[in-house]
Parts: sequence; C-alpha cells; structure tokens
Amino acid sequence: MTDPDLTTMTHETRARRFGIWYVAEHQLRGMRAYAWTIVMTGLGSPLLYLLGIGLGLATFLDQSIADGADGPVSYLFFVAPALLATSAVTVSTDEFTFTVMAGFKWRRLFWGMNASPVEPGQIASGLILSVFFRMIFTTTAYYVLMVAFGAVGDPWGAAWMPLVGVLGGMAFGLPLMAYSASITQDKGQFALVNRFIFTPLFLFSGTFFPLATLPLWLQWIGWISPLWHASEIGRSLSYGLPPGSWPVVWHYAVLVAYVVTGWVLAHRVFRRRLR
Amino acid sequence: MIAPVISAAGLTKRFGEFTAVDGIDFEVPAGESFGLLGPNGAGKSTTMRMIGAVSARTAGDLRVLGRDPDTHGPEIRSLLGVVPQEDNLDTELSVRDNLIIYGRYFGIPRATCRSRADELLTFAQLDDKRTAKVDDLSGGMKRRLTIARALINEPRILMLDEPTTGLDPQARHVLWDRLFRLKERGTTLVLTTHYMDEAEQLCDRLVVVDKGRIMAEGSPARLIREYSTREVVELRFGSEHNASAAERMTGLTERMELLPDRVLLYADDGEAVLERVNHLGLHPTTSLVRRASLEDVFLRLTGRSLIE
Repeated sequence: MTDPDLTTMTHETRARRFGIWYVAEHQLRGMRAYAWTIVMTGLGSPLLYLLGIGLGLATFLDQSIADGADGPVSYLFFVAPALLATSAVTVSTDEFTFTVMAGFKWRRLFWGMNASPVEPGQIASGLILSVFFRMIFTTTAYYVLMVAFGAVGDPWGAAWMPLVGVLGGMAFGLPLMAYSASITQDKGQFALVNRFIFTPLFLFSGTFFPLATLPLWLQWIGWISPLWHASEIGRSLSYGLPPGSWPVVWHYAVLVAYVVTGWVLAHRVFRRRLR
Repeated sequence: MIAPVISAAGLTKRFGEFTAVDGIDFEVPAGESFGLLGPNGAGKSTTMRMIGAVSARTAGDLRVLGRDPDTHGPEIRSLLGVVPQEDNLDTELSVRDNLIIYGRYFGIPRATCRSRADELLTFAQLDDKRTAKVDDLSGGMKRRLTIARALINEPRILMLDEPTTGLDPQARHVLWDRLFRLKERGTTLVLTTHYMDEAEQLCDRLVVVDKGRIMAEGSPARLIREYSTREVVELRFGSEHNASAAERMTGLTERMELLPDRVLLYADDGEAVLERVNHLGLHPTTSLVRRASLEDVFLRLTGRSLIE
C-alpha cells in the first residue's frame, strides 16, 4: 500500500543522485572555518621549502646527486616533485584522520547525514570529493610556485603533476581513511600515524636523495610508499627518469592499487559503522 | 481502513549473542502520537533505528509507510524526520544554515530550504538566534533546533529518541509545548522516553518495553487503570525500618511494593489507607498520597523502577 508523495519522491531521487555532492558541499563549507590555514599551508609551505632548498641547501651542493633522462639534474629539480607529492599527503594526514573522527564522534555530522536519504557510501565518497578539492588546490598552488622558482624542467609538459600529487595523496589517504573510520576511541592513534608512518615515509621515500642511495634493506620503505611512486612520476614528467628506473606505468599501477583498495575498505567501514 | 504508517510483526534485532529487540509487534496509525516507554537498554533506540531504515532487522517484518526498510531505505528516510538522542548539529554553521544545509540532503531546492528554514525558526522560537552559532545556544534551544531540522523535509513521521533527556524542567515544558502543537497539526510522532511524565503528556498510546519485549500496550490512562490502583501512598520509615514496617502493614492493601528507600501502598483511597497506617501505630518520617503514574505500571510489570 505504497502511498507515493510525488514531490518528495522527486526530491528523494535527486538526493540519491547528488548525495555525494551534498556531502562534499557541506564538508567544504566546514573547511571555511580553517580556510586561512588551508591557504597559508598551501602557499606558505612551498614558499618556505623552495626558498630554503633552492636558495639555501642547493648552493652547498656542488655536485648533482641525481640523474635525469639526459644526465645530471639540479637538486631543486630533483626535490621539487617530491615536495609537491608530500603536500598532498600532508592534506591526507589532516582530512582523512581528524575530519573522519569528528564526523563519527566529535561533531557527529555523519550520523545526521545518515538519517537522510544519503547512503553511507555517499558520505564516504562526498568526504573524499571535498578532500580532492582541497588537495588539487594545494598541489596546483605548489606547482605554480615551482614553475616560478624555475624548479620544473618542462613546465607545460609536466602540467599534469598536480593531479599526480593528488593521486599520491589519495593513495596514502584512502587506506588511512578506512583506518580512521574504524577507530571508536581516540587514544592518540593519529599522532602515532604521523610519527611512525608519515615521518619515515617522508624521510625514506627518496624525497631528499635518490632511493637507490639507501642500503637495500631500507629501500623497501620507498617501494611501499605512495610518496616515492608519486615523486618518481613527478620527476619523469619534469625532466625524465634516468635509464634503469622503474617504468612509470608501474608507479601508476601501485598508486591506483592503493586508491582502489583504500576506497573499497573505506566504503565498507563507513557502511558497517553507520548501519 | 487506512493502512498504518508503521507496522512491525515479530521484529527482532540481535547483535551476536545479545538480543536487543526480541520479537515485538505494534502498529502506528497516521496522526497518532506513539511512545516506547522503558528503561535504558530496553531496545527502544534499536527499534527506532530499524524504523528509521538505518539498521537492518535480524528477523520479523517491518513496514514503514508501506515500504520495507531493507529494500527502500533512502525512500523511507526521505519521508521521516529524526531527532536523535545525541545532538549532531553542525557547530561550525549558523543556526539558519544548519537547517538549509540539512535540507539539501533531502534534495530540496535551495530556495525552498531557505523559506522553510525561516518558517521553522519561528516555529522553534529561535527567530532572534538565526545568525548565532550553534555553540552559543542553550541545551533546550539546541533540541528545538534539532526538531526544526528534522521537519525541514516536511516528514510524514517525526521520530524522537529521548527528546528531553538532560534538559531542565522549564526547557522541557517549552519543548513539550512545541511537540504538542505538531501533534495538533496531525503530525505522526514516534518517541522513546524513560520519563513517565513525558509519556503521559505526549503519547496517545504507548508500549512499555523491557529487555527487548513489549510488556503492555495502551493509552497512558488505560495502562494506569489496568495495572495500578487510582492512588498510591508513599511512605518512608528510613532505610533501616522500611522492611519491618512493611511486614506490619501486610494485608492493609491489595498490593504493596517494598523499595530500598520507601514502601508503596496501592489503593483507590489513599487518605483512608494512611489513616489505617496511623492506627497501626506506625509513624513514617514522610508520607505522600499521589495519583498513580506510568512509573507504577512499570514497577508492576517488571518489578523494577524506570530510572535506576
């Protein structure tokens, strides 16, 4: 004995179709509260790094430490794509940890959304979409500044790099999101993630020196690190990788595998938690 | 006959070994104000979550507005308004934006959201708080805003889980007044509460729930008539002496309850009983004759009090 209420039915169909967007819209509005932080870290951190490394550190390095497709490249060239990828991963360490915890526990926004026609999977996707926007803003700002500092070999050819950064950020962030969503009690896990996962990855992912310079027993950190794969793709776009490097398509494959696994897990955990 | 807006038959929810809702049956006709009364952990919230199509049932049958929540979740949720036990308003947004943003989740056009938000702010008596941040509202105001938010999609059923828990008496009365107005307009209300006065004020009909089962069903007045006498005499002799006094009063009334802090005597004429107690030479430190309430019904049905 269904009793269709026509106007509501239309709304309901629309909610089902655009649910992801509504969630993202809400999340982006929430980001307004710390918009200043987003802009300052988005522009400030590349400025600091590029100035510090380009004008400071690089002047001490007489010899090139890394090669491109056509021989040795400057230190700034080498390090810039990795810094860009790092900026995306840093966004992940904020948005896929505290924002998720806030949604379930501190501000409980996800429960409100959950009572509407929107489904748990749409809540997860909507959050991811809003983080995508913040990430693409951050990596694009980074890229523009890199070009301004002369840190990119082929500025037009490498224009795809901000998106590669986002791919790296998501490859790190989506599995993290699944983990965050599974936490019910905050016992400082996110500080541990920062200290024992993010920091080692940042230091041992061939960010500041080629991964091959590390002893073999430490190189695996780079192999499993989304940051290394995203950095290597960025370098290949900027100045080309030296002979003997991993084929770029492998790097893409690893990142995509992380994204897909993280996506599936995050959606599953959201559903389990909200239903 | 008009089909009920909610019908449950043998509705069951298990979490592993634990049975939260143990095969309950009830129906709610349109326009009724229906209550689930029971202590914490009785399975009220779980039942609400199943009706709200956010928790799948383990067994039994459930229809909400003629649809099965297992297969028509989004559709059902689009026709419900939900006031959760714990507020989940967006503290970063203004009072008015909370309504507008929430309306978007129901696919309601922005302009409609805005005009409905303004009407609802008037209804919730929050007109002068429209630009305030949620954090600056009192507990009662937050609850009223949550109710306004639940009405943004003009729901067919408004579900309230413990709507006044944690509010001071004055805020409760303001809230009851708002809910009463909704009831007058014909909105179907489903609410859970462990406050008997709330149930008596707001519910046309209720089920008394304990340990996942329905113990009794009926209007507040009928339940009191059926499971209690008209009046209750409450006597306190001090925790040391309650038991011995109760022993001496045996047979004085048809029914007596000995609680740790007081003795309850059930009678239609409380004053007369009190006189007979005095005749026995018993001198309670305090005595009170009152009308029977749902609390007494619950005590009769379960042997425990509602708030423990």
